[in-house]
Amino acid sequence: MLTDAFDPQKGERLEILDASGRVRKDLEPRLAPDDLRRMYELMVLTRAADLKALKLQRQGRMGTFASSQGHEACQIGAAFPLRETDWFFPYFRDLGIYLARGYPLALYYHSWMGNEAGLKPPEGVNVFPYAIPVASQIIHATGAGLAARILKKDIVAVSTFGDGATSEGDFHEGLNFAGVFSTPTVFVCYNNQWAISTPRSRQTAAPTLAQKAVAYGFPGIAVDGNDVLAVHAAVSEALDRARSGKGPTLIEAQTYRMGHHTTSDDATKYRDSSELAEWEKRDPIKRFQAYLGSKGLWDLEFERAVAAQAEAEIERAVAEAESRPPASPEDIFSYTFKDLPPALAEQLAELKAGLPGGGR
Amino acid sequence: MKLNMVEAINQALAQEMARDPRVVILGEDIGKDGGVFRVTDGLFDKFGPERVMDTPLAESGIIGASIGMAAFGLRPVAEIQFLGFIYPALNQIISHVARLRNRTRGSTTVPLVIRTPYGAGVRALEHHSESTEALFCQIPGLTVVVPSGPADAKGLLVASIRSDDPVIFFEPSRLYRAAKEEVPEDLYEIPLRQARIAREGCDLTIVAWGAMVPVAEKAAADAEKDGVSAEIVDLRTLAPMDRETVLASVRKTGRALIVHEAPRSCGVGAEIAALIAEKALLNLSAPVLRVTGWDITIPLPKSEDFYYVSPERVRSGIRRLMEF
Repeated sequence: MLTDAFDPQKGERLEILDASGRVRKDLEPRLAPDDLRRMYELMVLTRAADLKALKLQRQGRMGTFASSQGHEACQIGAAFPLRETDWFFPYFRDLGIYLARGYPLALYYHSWMGNEAGLKPPEGVNVFPYAIPVASQIIHATGAGLAARILKKDIVAVSTFGDGATSEGDFHEGLNFAGVFSTPTVFVCYNNQWAISTPRSRQTAAPTLAQKAVAYGFPGIAVDGNDVLAVHAAVSEALDRARSGKGPTLIEAQTYRMGHHTTSDDATKYRDSSELAEWEKRDPIKRFQAYLGSKGLWDLEFERAVAAQAEAEIERAVAEAESRPPASPEDIFSYTFKDLPPALAEQLAELKAGLPGGGR
Repeated sequence: MKLNMVEAINQALAQEMARDPRVVILGEDIGKDGGVFRVTDGLFDKFGPERVMDTPLAESGIIGASIGMAAFGLRPVAEIQFLGFIYPALNQIISHVARLRNRTRGSTTVPLVIRTPYGAGVRALEHHSESTEALFCQIPGLTVVVPSGPADAKGLLVASIRSDDPVIFFEPSRLYRAAKEEVPEDLYEIPLRQARIAREGCDLTIVAWGAMVPVAEKAAADAEKDGVSAEIVDLRTLAPMDRETVLASVRKTGRALIVHEAPRSCGVGAEIAALIAEKALLNLSAPVLRVTGWDITIPLPKSEDFYYVSPERVRSGIRRLMEF
């Protein structure tokens, strides 16, 4: 068990690829070449789609956007080992999860352009809408795991969140419930060192976030969050644990938020640029690229093809997102309740007729 | 059979759980202990720990876990031990329970019932006498239900469990064991969003709900001795409100007295008064009057009677309206 071999309380963490992409042979997961290449494609697509969203925001074509640059190994490493039937409970900085789950990029963009319709997943794409209130989604994954057990469905519920979320009460309640009910749930914390301007050191005096699992009575493991193989390995083991009825796992993926908190934030105000420069040397995509190169799975031709494919997909998605119709007055009223109460029907009629309100 | 409200709610839960395997209940001390008011007594033995879950002491966790369960096909009925302890769960209720349907354009829904005792008059510690129902009526997407008697409690709870929208179900703790009445043995639903005429009359309309309905009934019976015929509208569902029943009654009687035990300002009574002003102003022969709790923290038991709306206060409200 990786969770036995790497004890966060002893300062141990799982690392499989080093910053230059060299692999620890004894820990190297047995992944098919096609899967490795697919993971790489998804990481590249995630980075490019993220950069595109930032550009669109600057051009006034996208609303406030939370960039996840630097998180690609966390996201793809966490999402790739899942089965289609498993469920994800993401937060607002999780583009890669959506893409790895097969969520249409056009829909994701549409939501960040300010449309609820972008959060209606296509049938069979098992992603909950990203939660904006910090940590509130963690307990939903616990509840879903509980439901899976009661309904005897072989699914695992996975929730992702940042380091700031570990300070919230819902983190405690979500993990505590999961431990008590031994739910098939996996908690993946992206410790990206910053919650807006608040550094990780201001969230907890504990040396690691992974060790918090000890207090809930289940395993926790710290992994290099810029190493997609390490995240993949830890999540795979946690999924097996959940499926075999042995309960939840907490994974702390240590990474870095390369961008600002959102497009409304300026991180230069509160953090040193040398820190960013240090983390750029540990870029998750570059190191995975080096690893693939060492296995003969990457060359310039492949790189060009991957980049071109990502660009084409992004352009298609932008065009589609921008051509989707905005919500109608009916749309904004119709999903408050299953059916429209008379008072809401009256208000909708007032809106459509340009009336001041207050009935007739 | 004659049942009190505790027994009627217990029967509703037991029968609906037997009928629908998706119904599970969870909360603090609801299993072996049967809940602090014994509302869930015996259900743990009948349905086992997977469907009757004693949870950790964590209100946000109870509601948050219920969201996950509801979204995955169960019909959870969560108990919050007292309304005064629900506040840690407000984030889950406001941000997710009430909104997931809209956020996902109908693809994720939360068919959840949150049961919680509310109200003063049981001589309890601080935080055990809250009547903050108006807070919840301001949340779009949430259905707010308050029964006023055992038979209503059973039928309204069954309808709430079967509703595809989330429901918060306020149980007046003062009425839990106050009276027994005939409760049909069969499972039945009383439709949500429909008020009931608890008493017919022609001189004025009293609008009330929950524990205030018997108070209004007492005041109306007293008023009758003076020849005043009061009609009582028991709202049953506060949101979305059955406006038509309220308006029809006020149009008939021309006078409206709103009775609630919650603080007056920005209470549900203010909404009803505004509704009457908007839609039935010209039918009124007197200003709308509110007899309510004061805008203060509910006092501890020794001073509770200063706060509590008594039949006498309602009676004097009736007098004022009739003398206008």
